[in-house]
Amino acid sequence: MSLPPVSPTPVNPTPMIRWESVTVTYHDATRPTIEDIDLTINEGELALVIGPTGSGKSTLLRTINGLVPHFTGGTLRGRVVVDGRDTEGHPPRELADVVGYVAQDPRSGFVTDTVEEELAYTMESLGIAPVVMRRRVEETLDLLGLTDLRSRPLGMLSGGQRQRVAIGSVLTAAPRVLVLDEPTSALDPGAAEEVLAAVQRLVHDLGITVVLAEHRLERVVEYADRVIVVPGGGRPLIVGEPTVVMETAPIAPPVVRLGRIAGWSPIPLSVRDARRVAGDLRAQLHAVDAQHASSTHPTPPEAADRSALSVTRDLFVAHGSHFAIKGVSWQLHAGEVVALMGRNGAGKSTFLGSLVGLHAATRGQVDVAGSDPRSLRGAELVRTIGLVPQEFTDLLTRSTVADECHDADHDARVPQGTTAAILSDLAPDIDPATHPRDLSEGQRLSLALAVVLSGRPPVICLDEPTRGLDYDTKERLVTILRRIQHEGHAIVVATHDVELVAELATRVVILADGEIVADGPTADVVVSSPLFAPQAAKILSTPDAPARWLTPSAVMSALGDAS
Amino acid sequence: MSATEAGACAAASTDPGPLRNLRWVHPGAWWVWALGLAVAASRTTNPLLLGLIVAVAAVVVSARRPHAPWGRTFSAFLVLGAIIIVIRVMFQILLGVPIGSTVLFVLPTMDLPDVFAGIRVGGEVTGEEILAGAYDGLRLATILACVGAANSLASPARLLASVPGALYEAGVAVVIAVTFAPQLITDLRRVRAARRLRGRPVRGLRGIAGSAIPVLEGALERSVHLAAAMDSRGYGRIANRTTRQRRVAATALLGSLALGLIGVYAMLDASATTIVGVILLASAAAVAIVGVRMAGARSPRSRYRPDPWGGPEWITAASGLIAAAAFIAAAIWMVPGMTTPVDPAQWPRLPLLAVASLAIALLPAWVTPQPPDRRSL
Repeated sequence: MSLPPVSPTPVNPTPMIRWESVTVTYHDATRPTIEDIDLTINEGELALVIGPTGSGKSTLLRTINGLVPHFTGGTLRGRVVVDGRDTEGHPPRELADVVGYVAQDPRSGFVTDTVEEELAYTMESLGIAPVVMRRRVEETLDLLGLTDLRSRPLGMLSGGQRQRVAIGSVLTAAPRVLVLDEPTSALDPGAAEEVLAAVQRLVHDLGITVVLAEHRLERVVEYADRVIVVPGGGRPLIVGEPTVVMETAPIAPPVVRLGRIAGWSPIPLSVRDARRVAGDLRAQLHAVDAQHASSTHPTPPEAADRSALSVTRDLFVAHGSHFAIKGVSWQLHAGEVVALMGRNGAGKSTFLGSLVGLHAATRGQVDVAGSDPRSLRGAELVRTIGLVPQEFTDLLTRSTVADECHDADHDARVPQGTTAAILSDLAPDIDPATHPRDLSEGQRLSLALAVVLSGRPPVICLDEPTRGLDYDTKERLVTILRRIQHEGHAIVVATHDVELVAELATRVVILADGEIVADGPTADVVVSSPLFAPQAAKILSTPDAPARWLTPSAVMSALGDAS
Repeated sequence: MSATEAGACAAASTDPGPLRNLRWVHPGAWWVWALGLAVAASRTTNPLLLGLIVAVAAVVVSARRPHAPWGRTFSAFLVLGAIIIVIRVMFQILLGVPIGSTVLFVLPTMDLPDVFAGIRVGGEVTGEEILAGAYDGLRLATILACVGAANSLASPARLLASVPGALYEAGVAVVIAVTFAPQLITDLRRVRAARRLRGRPVRGLRGIAGSAIPVLEGALERSVHLAAAMDSRGYGRIANRTTRQRRVAATALLGSLALGLIGVYAMLDASATTIVGVILLASAAAVAIVGVRMAGARSPRSRYRPDPWGGPEWITAASGLIAAAAFIAAAIWMVPGMTTPVDPAQWPRLPLLAVASLAIALLPAWVTPQPPDRRSL
């Protein structure tokens, strides 16, 4: 490589984690989950592990502290050595002082009642002296910005706070390695930045080695020292500097895709880097814009029928003594894709819940296709409005895909085979005899979506559908939803995923504290927002000319038009 | 509230200076205090005294409970107590032996086979018997309210944090079991929502049957996650101990638990001699101390900021014990007013000794420090 390295490589790096021809095979598995891994992660590195769902990222992460195989079972051939300790002879509890491991959902790992006690728990298990514990808890509270929350019960934390507490709770044991499994996938953009800033500080100030798995590349790739691609299916790992790996990686965040389109080299990884080299592209695009002053993107499809499918008037919904929705009035039309955005806890899920009649309106009215969803039962409800909840596996109750489809036809009173036909359309190659749990995350989501679509409801709601989805599956979901939209359904998506919104939504509604604070066409709402703007818009906007190209593909087609 | 106390409170609220020490009171102190009140309640059927005990518990809880989920459990215990009173009175009406002569109404009697000779179902129901049942139910409800007070003042998890290292692991298992229940309710709500979304019945037998399996699956999955998290955080790093040491310690602990249970039973059952109960409890405590010493001797755990046991704790625990002692003494000396006669029914009196001891039991509402979270939230 003729390019200078982005960050200076240490002269004599100290290896911190070493995999020596590691193969992991779970019980009852026909083939190994990860195969023949040879890899070294050096001290003080921030290594980003990426790859499609089910490729073995979590397994790779869990070999670091011995959860695989000591806890999960299965066989591990080869050797994993962390800070000089072989995980074969050291179960997770004996590695707790070297490796801090935070699982995907931190809530499931909390043991105590309050933040402060949780931070001390690991140290108590390790038998650290009380004086030292006290000091480390205070330091960690400061380091992660948790001082104001010290005696807060864990159940009363927001998503970002919860993640920071989970990181803090393993950090107090002063580990040399921090392992984070999808730390930001459930978080809104603001909370994600909060967590990543904390992680970066740990790497810079404390020299901790961080191994981090994440699907949301646009959030993390700029912080990584090294990227490890786990392609799955027994193919070898791709390891290298982010700029090098990103030039060819099959999955890439929008900033990288834009860089590939424009032919920038080295490929920029952050919005800041891209803006510095984007002057030409901006000029080119504005020239195109002047030629085609009328063209807009994404084009809202011509809605045949502009009468509202769903109307809420002055809606208030209370949870106990607290109003989650305060006076929301809106209309939803056929052919619209509305993105519902806002912080965690802003009332997005509650709003979707009241649209489908899960929550009663304390005041005001909800109307879907002419009736109050609360009054609908059984097939009537299924044929009026559908919701794919955040925990969409809740919808699936049977032990095979075929049974599930059969039940869905029955629930919606539609001819047998309807759901199976929708499913084979959404996700071909699913064996009907499979247990839904054995499907990949994306296939499972497709099944849940097919179940909801079986009654052909005119309104379809999705709550955080892209949480934990890889880029491929997300792209397929976008295609599916576009098709459903063109068939005349109205779609409401509650999401934190700004890139999904940029790809898909015709209209964006931002909720804050239970009220609508912004409502308008996607480009108008997101471009002006510092948190909700997609990367392409951030790169291409200038103070006097906000960009209307929200995605790399929009940019590509604009350039294509020009030539 | 006396004038000086009011002054102290006012001064405290206007000047939260450095002298105002916000800290948790040792959970053990709260439990000793509450159990003292419970023992006191068990010694009387006087509804006025029982009402006073509940009032004392309520005042202290409202003054010192933390702003945490478990801090709001007191009212649930009160509701449970009310249900117990109703059930107790209903049993009295259906199965009770009539006392007195004020017949209120007559229920049809039911003939039982000879095996159940001596049990009467239905028949005459007297006002006296209902009153006796209500007093008894009120006593049970009061004991429950005392436990509820302890529960909301100091969560079971915090109490377990102060148990000796040897009991710690058993304690964690209990804590996980306790936190399971609220989680199950959340899960049930989610699964029922999902059932509704698929247009399926939510209520009724079919609804319950359809929800049970996903909820249990979720619970199982979560406990596996928790176990993995605890393992990765060093839980269960046990120092080497021989099997023999472990067995002796376990036997001692179980033995002390059994002795303690019998002792508590003897203390609470009015027909047994109190001295037997005291002896049993004392020996249970002795065996427990030995067992815990042995089991915890080589535990590697350390404790973060153990709650100190200082002046407020001594006063709190003592005030509960004083109330218990006063009620026990009053019951032994047969001070008039400790039991309220129902045949003929009399207006309950207020024995001075008992009321004075309850006034002392009210002290923790003022002498203990505020829980720290009042400020930070």
